[in-house]
Amino acid sequence: MRRGHALLLEHGPRLGIPIERTGAVLVAWTAEQAAALPAIAARAAENGYGATRPVSLDELGHLEPHLGPGATGALAIPDEHIICPFTTPLAFATEAVANGVALRLQTRVGGVAPIDGGHRLGTTAGPIDARWVVNAAGLHSDTIDRLFGHERFTVTPRRGELIVFDKLARPLIGRTILPVPTATTKGVLVAPTTFGNVILGPTADDVPDRGATGTTAAGLAALLSTGARILPALVREEVTATYVGLRAATEHSDYRLFVDPDRRYVCAGGIRSTGLTASMAIAEHVGESLRDAGLPLVRRPVFHHIRMPPIGEADCRPHADAARVAADPEYGRIVCHCERVTRGEIRDALRTAIPPRSLDALRRRTRAGLGRCQGFYCLAEVVGLLAAGSGRSIEALLGSEP
Amino acid sequence: MSRVVVIGGGPAGLAAATALRRSNAGDVVVLEREAAAGGVPRHCHHTGFGLRDLGRVLGGPAYAARHAMLATRAGVDIRTEASVTGWTSPTSVAVTSPRGVETIAADAVLLATGCRERPRSARLVAGTRPAGVLTTGALQQLVHLRRVRVGRRAVVVGAEHVSFSAVLTLREGGCETVAMVTGHPSHQTYAPLAWLAAGRLGVPIFGTTRVVEIRGRDRVEGVVLDDGRTLACDTVVFTGDWIPDHELARRAGLAMDDGTRGPLVDQLGRTSARGVFAAGNLVHAAETADTAALGARAAARAIADFVRGGVWPAEPVAITCAAPLVWAWPQALAPEAPPRAIILRTAEVVPAARLVVEQGGRALWRGRRRLVPNRSIRIPGRWATSVDPRGGPVRVRLG
Repeated sequence: MRRGHALLLEHGPRLGIPIERTGAVLVAWTAEQAAALPAIAARAAENGYGATRPVSLDELGHLEPHLGPGATGALAIPDEHIICPFTTPLAFATEAVANGVALRLQTRVGGVAPIDGGHRLGTTAGPIDARWVVNAAGLHSDTIDRLFGHERFTVTPRRGELIVFDKLARPLIGRTILPVPTATTKGVLVAPTTFGNVILGPTADDVPDRGATGTTAAGLAALLSTGARILPALVREEVTATYVGLRAATEHSDYRLFVDPDRRYVCAGGIRSTGLTASMAIAEHVGESLRDAGLPLVRRPVFHHIRMPPIGEADCRPHADAARVAADPEYGRIVCHCERVTRGEIRDALRTAIPPRSLDALRRRTRAGLGRCQGFYCLAEVVGLLAAGSGRSIEALLGSEP
Repeated sequence: MSRVVVIGGGPAGLAAATALRRSNAGDVVVLEREAAAGGVPRHCHHTGFGLRDLGRVLGGPAYAARHAMLATRAGVDIRTEASVTGWTSPTSVAVTSPRGVETIAADAVLLATGCRERPRSARLVAGTRPAGVLTTGALQQLVHLRRVRVGRRAVVVGAEHVSFSAVLTLREGGCETVAMVTGHPSHQTYAPLAWLAAGRLGVPIFGTTRVVEIRGRDRVEGVVLDDGRTLACDTVVFTGDWIPDHELARRAGLAMDDGTRGPLVDQLGRTSARGVFAAGNLVHAAETADTAALGARAAARAIADFVRGGVWPAEPVAITCAAPLVWAWPQALAPEAPPRAIILRTAEVVPAARLVVEQGGRALWRGRRRLVPNRSIRIPGRWATSVDPRGGPVRVRLG
């Protein structure tokens, strides 16, 4: 995680991934939690992070004036960062494609057979032969691992529900507010997002179904109840969005990283909550494992750098960039008003190496449609632009084709 | 030469701008972020617009066009595709348009940014997030502006005026409504409209019920009601439950009213910030377009007085309301021309409510009204002339 954090900070900015050093404060709400703070600071120091700092209740009141009453202690974590969860994987994929990787979407792997010198993968898009295979299949990493004859772990999705509050709530917090972790859960936090919203969550409960991406009334109610305690003014603001993430949790607490040199197969499964932070380090580790297992790794003579378009709130967004608008008036035509997304940005997204083929894909690349009105003002125009630029009909994009 | 900036080119913004030009208040710039001025009526394909403010009966698009034409004819500078992205001073704004990024300074600003329907997520309706979940605003634009078929079988959440308009729009878009669902005991619109849109077509209206979950993976497959019933459908339209589009008001730091959720205003649209006015559905979501236009015209007189002579009354008297009333417009009374009417909203049905307006225990007005949620309730405003400027807040309550 430490290595992943360092790599993201090193490479994130050049890739255009929105990252902000907001800092965090761990807040204790009971005497027991307050008593646990020194041990947490000590463990962080053991893990190589010595910059935590105890915070008095007085100072806490200055740092977070809207915090609810009843805090018993706090620990500052100055180097906590927030990052855009949409841009990060897209940046990795875009850079890969720019450097020769073939990205085959909607290609489900259903079987593996050994062939001379490697593997034949049976997929929904026909067979694909490979000398080496890396399993990074997330929620289905156990299924893929079993195709290679192993019975090493089982993924039990751990559902997390989250509430995203209106940007107008942003002034209510200065930094991420973390709970004191217990033995069972990392707990519910309140944090700013790189888009300028405030996020509350996640919950954590095991679900049997890997497609269970629905929120629940009980989960949302529990979040609001916790949120009202931590930041009373927060729950009076409008909710912009709610969503669910499923962590690929297994019966083990560590990632399931295995190397099978003889079979030329690497497993990077069971990656859970800390996965995004650790992602570049996991990749580095997998690369080293492959090299040690005999895969020749030769540095490319020419490397194509990419930079994702600026969609973070801390970036200079095109609509506010006078020079950009003067050079291209399409950056002056705001289409999604809540998120200030321009026609120029939607046009650009349609021309990328991995163009959006659905509304959700366009949302994550541009922010269009993710704002407080959830399409009341802009859905028709945004889906119209996507239809014109992707060759799919509006009905197909809205899912209303029979 | 003085300048007034109007943010929002819907009925209220255009009507105020036209009135300002006709009263020689100087330059008037309307900043409209859509490609065409006129506001929501541009995509409301039903008639009934214009009776009280334009003296004619028009369909939505014709009404919108007429307001824009009158404004242009009066010399209003209507700038479309012009988005106000923030404030650079109490009366100057940052604007982005295809023409560039600029700051526009004014002597007075009128916020006329209207209102929108609260979406599914804000209403905390649990479940999956499949395609096929809309608000009426999105539905109208898809059907009327883009001629798209949105689905085959819809559940409409809400049974107020706009909900029935949604049923008709769905029909025009080739989609049958399988049910309307309202948390109130029955619908809240005019009986003829309810019959025309739903009754005669056999569309059931389920009262005292809420949609608590949406099901479906890529596309809506059904909804679950709070009594456990499920309704199979492929489209859900969330209607009504209006909230003012108040971002700019909040970012300006204006005093806000918890009831309307818009900026706190007096009867002539003055907000808590000197030189900043607010009118239209930003301050009374959601009245009809003509009400928005008429209120904005009244504000125009105050705006003209302000830019010409700095008229800005101090210490208006507050108007508050008690449950089950949820808001009153205006929320403040300045000691001048009384409002033609006070507009109220209720959270509950009270068939024969005895309303009283009082100040310091002294009744200023009494009357009876039928209180229905999501329906505009009006009481006269003439009693405002007998309000004591030092007598404390005015209260509207049942009594």
